[in-house]
Amino acid sequence: MKRFLKSKRLALLVLVALPIMVAWAEYGDVVINVRAKGEGMAPVIFPHWFHRVRFQCSVCHVDIGFKTRAGGSGITMDKISQGQFCGACHNGEIAWSVENCDFCHSGMPGLETGIEGGHKTAGPGYY
Amino acid sequence: MTRYSVLKLLLLLGIATAIPASLAEDWKVLEEDELHDPSNPAVAILQDPEEALSVLAPDTAGNKVNWVEAIRQGQIEPRASLHGDVEGRQHDTDIVMSNTLDFPSVLFPHKAHNEWMSCEMCHESLFRSVREGNPITMAKILEGEYCGVCHGAVSFPLTECDRCHSVVESRLSAPSSGAVVPKE
Repeated sequence: MKRFLKSKRLALLVLVALPIMVAWAEYGDVVINVRAKGEGMAPVIFPHWFHRVRFQCSVCHVDIGFKTRAGGSGITMDKISQGQFCGACHNGEIAWSVENCDFCHSGMPGLETGIEGGHKTAGPGYY
Repeated sequence: MTRYSVLKLLLLLGIATAIPASLAEDWKVLEEDELHDPSNPAVAILQDPEEALSVLAPDTAGNKVNWVEAIRQGQIEPRASLHGDVEGRQHDTDIVMSNTLDFPSVLFPHKAHNEWMSCEMCHESLFRSVREGNPITMAKILEGEYCGVCHGAVSFPLTECDRCHSVVESRLSAPSSGAVVPKE
């Protein structure tokens, strides 16, 4: 019994240490690969840190309407071109326009949609 | 070698490699962050986190930036809207949640939050503005509900227990869960 408890504690330690060991992305980076793969495009990497230096959270998550779940907003390039989502700023006026495909579609092929970061305990939707 | 000692060895190895790596550098360059594709020419043009974050109020977790302090010290002025100014948000009541078993009570500061976002970010979708109206648990937070929508994803991570569970002395005399603490 004692041994069982000990190994259980150890397993818990491994679980806690694992995220620290594997992740290198900047805290809060979002990988969006919902449609990109099917279109032959590289996944999008969205850096929260870069955007929050310039805008408060609610500009995007309330006013523009980005969900707080990675991959949950239903973003398409059509909508962006019409000024929705990223296109509210990335229109050549507030920020660079969508012609710069590679600036956003900059991820390594095969990445899963989700939130990344080196110091998180878990993140939305999972332990 | 028993399974136990193999596991122990693996764990020690993991900690040994993780600690020096995390001490060595606070921010990875994009080419080496294991997300960005180094063969994409745009990656060399995009800003590296260190350039922007190393000059802001330091922290020990998350982005290694104390984002609340960064605003208060005037290092950054994130815009509150895309077009023109919005009226300043001045709600600064603190909420104490004392139904925390043996842990110190939680103090939620409205001020630090509304310096970063409008009321609609949380109310009434994530949190009801009703006393005792939000059955928050750590399990739900770890699953990304309530505070866990942001904390553990973009705001300071859930390893920082004492930043929320911060009210020790007043535990016995603390008002019941969800009480609003009047400002002096």
